[in-house]
Amino acid sequence: MSQIGSFALLLALALSAYSFLAGLFALARPGPGSDRLGETARRAGIAVFAVVFLAALVLVISAFQDDFSIAYIFHHSNRDLPIPYKFAVLWSGQEGSLLFWSLLLSAYGLVLRLRHKTDSRLFAHASVIIAAVQVFFLLLLNFAAHPFAVMQGTLPADGNGLNPLLQYPEMVIHPPMLYLGYVGFTVPFAFALGALAMRYPGEKWIHITRRWTMVTWGFLTCGVFLGAHWAYSVLGWGGYWGWDPVENASFMPWLTGTAFLHSVMMQEKRGMLKVWNVWLIFVTFMLSIFGTFLTRSGVVSSVHAFAQSSIGDWFVGFLAIILATCILFYVKNRSHLQSEHRLESLVSRESSFLFNNLLFVLFCFTVLWGTLFPILSEWVQGHKITVGPPFYNHVTIPVILLLLLLTAVGPLLAWRNTSLESLKRNFLWPAFGAALVGILMIVCGVRPWKDISYFYALMAAMLATLVTLTVISEFVRGGRVISRHTGQGLLASMAHLWRRNTRRYGGYIVHFGVAVVVTGILGTPFNREAEKEMGYGDHMTIGPYTLVCQSYTEEDNPNYSNQWAIINVFRGSRQITTMFPERRFYKASQQTQTIPQIHPTFKEDLFLVRDLYLVYEGVNPETGRPIIKAHLNPLVMWIWIGALVMIFGTITALVPNAVPARVTAPARIEPEPVAART
Amino acid sequence: MPMISHKLPSKRVIQIVLLSLAIVTLMGAGDEDARFNQLGHKLMCVCGCNQVLLECNHVGCPLSDGMRGELVAAMSRPDSDDLVLQSFVQKYGPTVLIAPTTSGFNRVAWVMPYLALALGLTTVVLVVRAWRGSDGRGAGRVVGGGGVDGGPALDQFREQARKDTEL
Repeated sequence: MSQIGSFALLLALALSAYSFLAGLFALARPGPGSDRLGETARRAGIAVFAVVFLAALVLVISAFQDDFSIAYIFHHSNRDLPIPYKFAVLWSGQEGSLLFWSLLLSAYGLVLRLRHKTDSRLFAHASVIIAAVQVFFLLLLNFAAHPFAVMQGTLPADGNGLNPLLQYPEMVIHPPMLYLGYVGFTVPFAFALGALAMRYPGEKWIHITRRWTMVTWGFLTCGVFLGAHWAYSVLGWGGYWGWDPVENASFMPWLTGTAFLHSVMMQEKRGMLKVWNVWLIFVTFMLSIFGTFLTRSGVVSSVHAFAQSSIGDWFVGFLAIILATCILFYVKNRSHLQSEHRLESLVSRESSFLFNNLLFVLFCFTVLWGTLFPILSEWVQGHKITVGPPFYNHVTIPVILLLLLLTAVGPLLAWRNTSLESLKRNFLWPAFGAALVGILMIVCGVRPWKDISYFYALMAAMLATLVTLTVISEFVRGGRVISRHTGQGLLASMAHLWRRNTRRYGGYIVHFGVAVVVTGILGTPFNREAEKEMGYGDHMTIGPYTLVCQSYTEEDNPNYSNQWAIINVFRGSRQITTMFPERRFYKASQQTQTIPQIHPTFKEDLFLVRDLYLVYEGVNPETGRPIIKAHLNPLVMWIWIGALVMIFGTITALVPNAVPARVTAPARIEPEPVAART
Repeated sequence: MPMISHKLPSKRVIQIVLLSLAIVTLMGAGDEDARFNQLGHKLMCVCGCNQVLLECNHVGCPLSDGMRGELVAAMSRPDSDDLVLQSFVQKYGPTVLIAPTTSGFNRVAWVMPYLALALGLTTVVLVVRAWRGSDGRGAGRVVGGGGVDGGPALDQFREQARKDTEL
């Protein structure tokens, strides 16, 4: 099997190199025969998918067959590994995950090359760039991180097993989502660079790549939130985001990608920010590669990082080549990127996008700065330091609050210019609602003057309310206009409104999702925790809940042995649930893992739902009794609900617009809402 | 009655003293817990898990239990918080602190994001002012629009963009 895989990887490299060189030659020397040469390059690119798919299939089959003659399978699988996790073996190690990168890139390339008739010349440019990226990854797979390397000496009877942290259902979904996001940014990057290289007229490349970018952004969003949920559900420290370098690596391209999704509208609508947009997508792609570099080079320590290896040098070289190529084409063709319009007013949609982009990029810079500062410190001071959550919380929370403010205000601003009068008119009720929420929180006991974290929580709650109310007001205002035109009810009109302009209203749903996510995060200052050794019948109190240890026991199966406690949870005298915090010892990898238990208090707390989060910390060796740690985390559930809303909004924004319905009844047409005017 | 009235105040005094002592002791305990919690959240577990000392939940972690014990011992000495943290830095190295200090080169870590914000804001404001100032009252289309093909295809695309982003 390993020979088939190795041969497939070599063949894929040869095909990719041909697709790149032949495609490049056909574009550089147009003339008789170049079209046919270009077509062979396109077909070679399509064939790469089939061959890389074969290589990936061979690796997965080897995992199912427990073929420990392949070193990668020996290191990342074992005989008793449950079947779903055998698939996860593909991306659980260095070599396999690079093969997975290559597979996804070839799949994106396949779709792109099959749709070449949309604009054959632009697609040919993009295809060559994708082939170049593919060549890099296949060079790595063939010469630096070979997934089909064979074991030397006597074959082992069993493998080392999959990392226990990865043996969790979400781990079968989270890495593919993240990789789909990372790899997906190659497509808009390839189109942007291709359009710049060929001095492509207008913004059609943006129109072509808009859906690609949104799909990619959606996958990355999904991946980031699944990662946060995995950290919350598996790592057992009661939090969901630790500003770990690898978390940061996935977050940075998300930030610049989000900035791109906003700023690109200025180019589409007004022919502005062309240089900025091109560089934003260049940087987003480079950050995706940089993230892959961070996880593999060992330059920063992280719970996620793969083992330290020399593979980092390859990525540094590749990043340098990408940067040099981008600069070369920018310098050569920058005259092509002049703006067609200029800003007319500071109070306009354009300026809100400018500030929005500034904040997103600043946010990204801050995260990058914090991630790399330990290395900088080692260069300058001779020793590394830690840059942990307090740093990031201190410098990023004000930026997040400002971004929320722009999220609320931006949709109320019209393109070109907005009168302060109309802004006041549209802003009044949402602002009133936000102020009301602030007052209610203070009445309920939140004292923003006592602690900065309470101040941030109060501001976040008010701004999240402001965002929600502006989104609602936009839907209602637009719905009313449709309702007057068509005579439909308000709800039907709002649905109609969304169908007519899915991109805009899908975007608003994403904004609402962000507000819900922020609502979940703002509960953090109110978290509580308690810890106690609990024997039979022992009690522990946290918030309004009393935990009673009913029993504790242990079990054994071929994959792991485990110890767990049975904890009854009471609120007052009423038992609300029973929880089973657990710890496992995985036999193949000889590693221990805690399995936290989480109970969201939907029924008891309604909207202020709290997570009761129990961790089986270990056993007191003197008494043999379990030590249980309890966290009470308010509002966390809203983070996951908000993420789902964001994904839903992204999907709805991808739905094609419906043709505007005919007006069935005459109606008096009122002035359009301010944000709808141009 | 006089006997009773004579004895009661002394009992009350003892009760009050005991109660006060208990309150002071409990208040002290609360303060110590808060201090332990605060200091423990300024330190990292150095076992390589990249977690805050008090949040390291590795079962059988070879270091975190010992470090917590050291923290309790350090707090029992009459040292300030800074000295307690410094003792950990001396033993485990500067990576034991969860965030950069605000002295020396480490100050750069804290200053740079704000500097970048100030620079960014200044740049945006300058760009906006330059744009507005460059063509009188502001509006408009840039003359000569830089090699852009303003053909019907582009107009059609702009129209589509308008439909996509507006009501």
